[in-house]
Amino acid sequence: MSIRLAGVNKSFGDFAALTDIDLDLPSGQLTALLGPSGGGKSTLLRIIAGLEVGDTGTVEIEGVDATRLPARKRNVGFVFQHYAAFRHMSVADNVGFGLKIRKRPKAEVKARTAEMLDLVHLSPFAERLPAQLSGGQRQRMALARALAIEPTVLLLDEPFGALDAKVRKELRDWLRRLHDEVHVTTVFVTHDQEEALEVADRIVVINDGRVEQEGTPDELYDAPASEFVMGFLGPVTALQGHLVRPHDLEVESHAFPGAVEGRVARLARVGFEVRVELAVPGEPAPVLVTLTRAEAAHKQLAEGVAAWVRPVPGAGRVAVGASSAASAGPDPSTGSGVPLVAPGA
Amino acid sequence: MAEPTAPAAGRTGTRTRTVRQPSLLRWPLRIAVVVYLALLVVWPVGIVASKTFERGLSPVLEALGQPEVIFAFELTLANAVWAVVINTVFGVGISLLLVRYEFPRRRALSALVDLPLSVSPVVVGLALLLVYSGRTGWFGPTLERLGVQVIYAQPGMIMATAFVSLPLVIREVVPVLHEIGTDQEQAATSLGASAWQTFGRITLPAIRWALVYGVVLSLARSLGEYGAVKVVSGGVALRTQTATLLVEERYSQFGADNTTAAYAAAFVLALLAVVALVVVSVLRPSDHDR
Repeated sequence: MSIRLAGVNKSFGDFAALTDIDLDLPSGQLTALLGPSGGGKSTLLRIIAGLEVGDTGTVEIEGVDATRLPARKRNVGFVFQHYAAFRHMSVADNVGFGLKIRKRPKAEVKARTAEMLDLVHLSPFAERLPAQLSGGQRQRMALARALAIEPTVLLLDEPFGALDAKVRKELRDWLRRLHDEVHVTTVFVTHDQEEALEVADRIVVINDGRVEQEGTPDELYDAPASEFVMGFLGPVTALQGHLVRPHDLEVESHAFPGAVEGRVARLARVGFEVRVELAVPGEPAPVLVTLTRAEAAHKQLAEGVAAWVRPVPGAGRVAVGASSAASAGPDPSTGSGVPLVAPGA
Repeated sequence: MAEPTAPAAGRTGTRTRTVRQPSLLRWPLRIAVVVYLALLVVWPVGIVASKTFERGLSPVLEALGQPEVIFAFELTLANAVWAVVINTVFGVGISLLLVRYEFPRRRALSALVDLPLSVSPVVVGLALLLVYSGRTGWFGPTLERLGVQVIYAQPGMIMATAFVSLPLVIREVVPVLHEIGTDQEQAATSLGASAWQTFGRITLPAIRWALVYGVVLSLARSLGEYGAVKVVSGGVALRTQTATLLVEERYSQFGADNTTAAYAAAFVLALLAVVALVVVSVLRPSDHDR
């Protein structure tokens, strides 16, 4: 195990940012710390980096107890959301900073800087100032700077959060490919569930300062441990006391085994998919089903017609109210308690 | 240095552009401001210049060549440089303390830093006298026994000057430290830099223009300091008389030569202030490029 946290607590005044965190993050993998803003994931990352000190608990990096090690001796590469570019230095000087601090020979600094700039495709910009780069380029520079010191672990704090949607997507793909090349143990913080599902080998869902669940993206998506995790990773709807994904529901315009009867209350086409809202007797809120356009046409569904619905066999389900102790769950103020949680909202 | 300055100048240019007032109002406003400044600043300073050269250039050069005048300017410069050096070191230290650290009574300290701006320099001088006076001060006799004379000597004058110009560096550096934030410093730390390396390679370059600006301002302020220095120096010619004290003394004496000396010294002081202003206005655009 590459990064091992045990019994970590951290509070800022009265606010408990982290509560009893025990976590093993495997070597060589790309792990996402996923959760809503203010959930403590950035604080956790900063404790790993040594930029913040936990009130209790231990931090172990590659078998070395780093709990009392200052940040500068942890050999950790850290990438900040807002780049933290050294504004008065050229791109090359930014990238070479860590090596110069380590008093490496000039020739080595130069060679390593060139290699890193090549890796992040910034070689033509070596002599520019950070102010002359775009946001995406600055973040790649920050990444090259962090990787230049050959860090034991690479930590990224919402690395793409300040970028626009298109660049964010490009950089996300690029980070995945980079990780496949470099293989450094990487942990990144994000509140975007799509980003985590797409890029990470493992996901740790953090909410209210606690670990809700950890596992591979598939494990989390298919077998969420709580209402919170289920709701945070994708759209959900409630049927017969369970939360299910709207695309895991089977709907027909005739009765079939295990299905409950309802009526199509609303039918809306959104791009490539069709969203059907069923009014089912006994359900406090409409049941949401998503279909492809072809399916919807084939099944002759229309507003007002009767329809039967059931979860497909093997669908991921979570009983409503069966959330873990720490889970905030869906907003209880909606009264009926039916969560139609928008993903990554 | 040249590279970052160029885009900054353009940026400040667009920033200072304000909403245009209707021209009916614009002209009276402009005239009012010009008249006000002329009556208050330009005219009196202009008279100093014209009085200085009333009898031609040679009496002025002669006056400035007097050993008392030369000594006064040397002393003034020495005091100012010492005060500026002290204020630069402590100013940066206090700024870092105020911005980067949380501690009880931080706001009180921040307010205290502004005290020299609001309190009369004469009060500053009197306070120093009460503490360090060789005969009556509560700390002075002890120091005097150790062979250190503060009051009526250069240490006291430097202290008085430093006290008065203390806030100038801090008030320039603090907002810049706030603006650059801690990200860059933390990045340097995570890349292995020690506290001193981070300060020298990241923080100091980031605040350098604000610091230069603050230093120029305190230098100008220190050269012109009068009240506090008058109280603690005694104003003895060729021993503790600075340029401002010399102007006052010569002006109150009879004789055209004395008057010319007073005007000449005053003119040099005004000239130094103008040079400082020019330096500051040249630096100002780059001050915004950080």
